[in-house]
Amino acid sequence: MFETPDDRKYRESHEYATTDGETVTVGISDFAQDELGDVVFVELPAAGDELTQGEEFGVIESIKAVSDLYAPVSGTVSEVNEALFDQPELVNESPYGEGWMLKLDGVDDADFEALLTAEEYSEQTE
Amino acid sequence: MALRQPPLYDLHADRATFTDFGGWEMPVEFDSIRTEHAAVRESVGIFDVSHMGEVVVDGPDATELMQRLLTADMASLDPGDAQYAAITDEAGIIHDDTIAYRLPDDGDPRYLFVPNAGHDEEAYGRWVDRREEWGLDCEVRNETDAWAMVAVQGPDAPDAVADATTVDPADLGRNEIAAGAVDGVESWIARTGYTGEDGVEILCPPEDAAAVWSAFEGCQPCGLGSRDTLRTEMGFLLSGQDFDPDAEPRTPYEAGIGWAVDLDTGFVGRDALAEAAETGPEEAFVGLKLRERGIARHGHDITVDGEVVGHVTSGTMSPTLGEPIALGYVPTSLSEPGTQVEVVVRGDGKRAEVASTPFIRDK
Repeated sequence: MFETPDDRKYRESHEYATTDGETVTVGISDFAQDELGDVVFVELPAAGDELTQGEEFGVIESIKAVSDLYAPVSGTVSEVNEALFDQPELVNESPYGEGWMLKLDGVDDADFEALLTAEEYSEQTE
Repeated sequence: MALRQPPLYDLHADRATFTDFGGWEMPVEFDSIRTEHAAVRESVGIFDVSHMGEVVVDGPDATELMQRLLTADMASLDPGDAQYAAITDEAGIIHDDTIAYRLPDDGDPRYLFVPNAGHDEEAYGRWVDRREEWGLDCEVRNETDAWAMVAVQGPDAPDAVADATTVDPADLGRNEIAAGAVDGVESWIARTGYTGEDGVEILCPPEDAAAVWSAFEGCQPCGLGSRDTLRTEMGFLLSGQDFDPDAEPRTPYEAGIGWAVDLDTGFVGRDALAEAAETGPEEAFVGLKLRERGIARHGHDITVDGEVVGHVTSGTMSPTLGEPIALGYVPTSLSEPGTQVEVVVRGDGKRAEVASTPFIRDK
């Protein structure tokens, strides 16, 4: 089955968010990368861009499909995982690790808390 | 309408993901498109292609009917030969493309042709209507439900086939078909395929399809996802996408398969195509390589200096080359390899270059 670690929260559209108390890291779930198949391209915002919860922030393409990415929380992009531009397959290999996409600053705790827990998200993907 | 399930559906059910393809619920991916693609390019893969149609034509006038409905010279086929051809209308527009086999016979000529998924009824109807109209003496049968079809493709396919069947592929020339047995199952074994690799396509009764599939145990199971990347790398047409009588009406000359048209034969569409051959096509089917990050997809515009000059009909990331490739139509004046164009991906013009196909020419 798919990994759904409980050290992070999830959006119904399969993005996750995890926080170290200051910065929130965003990526897509193990379930999502498996559904997409071989990821070949990601389009991400630039550092400094403002994201609003629920809005599209980028695009992910696998060989067979194109999907929009949605911001799980509002915040300011502080860092983009540029490794994904040359190695988009990191999303398949390590969605919760090296395949992360964005780091966000200035995230409202309420936004974060409103996301699905690992358990709630798992029920959705079963 | 419920999707038609291929005879091997249950065998694949717990291993593959499925997609609707031409009204059939077909395996699209077993392990990963990249893995499956690499297996076919480097060793050997096996595909369930039972969604393809099978129409059989036999009787005294079978050759005449085939000759008048397909663009290639069917009368020149010896028993055991196969030929790629297009089915065109009076205007010379491609309705389908097909491989037509002249089966070995001991009397009247006998043909089997393979329409694309979901086109079998249309092809069957066309053949029957024209037979009536022209008063020809032959039988036409839509045997799509009577055959399963698997394709074993890749550089190691001949060895895999030699181990599993009574037909030695070495005795079978490219585009030839012979009767043989696969693990005791009587089948047609043809040295054809749509991946650009060596290999065979095997037609067998549906009830024995699982035995045939299992006879190739060492081969990587492949879905339609990798079949699409493989054929795109070769520049091969996909029916309903790279041509379509309604959405993408194209003559064989525009679609780059003019070599499958024999104007010395009298087929439906022949006169229109003779005229088209005289004037030359205004647009050409070309390969494209993106020079910027992004993937060109079906429907994306091709532009020059901001002006739309054509569109993409197929596009993907080439697993072999590791770069984005596409197929599409541009004015003939822009069809020379090396011509600089742009492909508009989600509103952004991406630099691209017209490229010759197959993209993997050294294979």
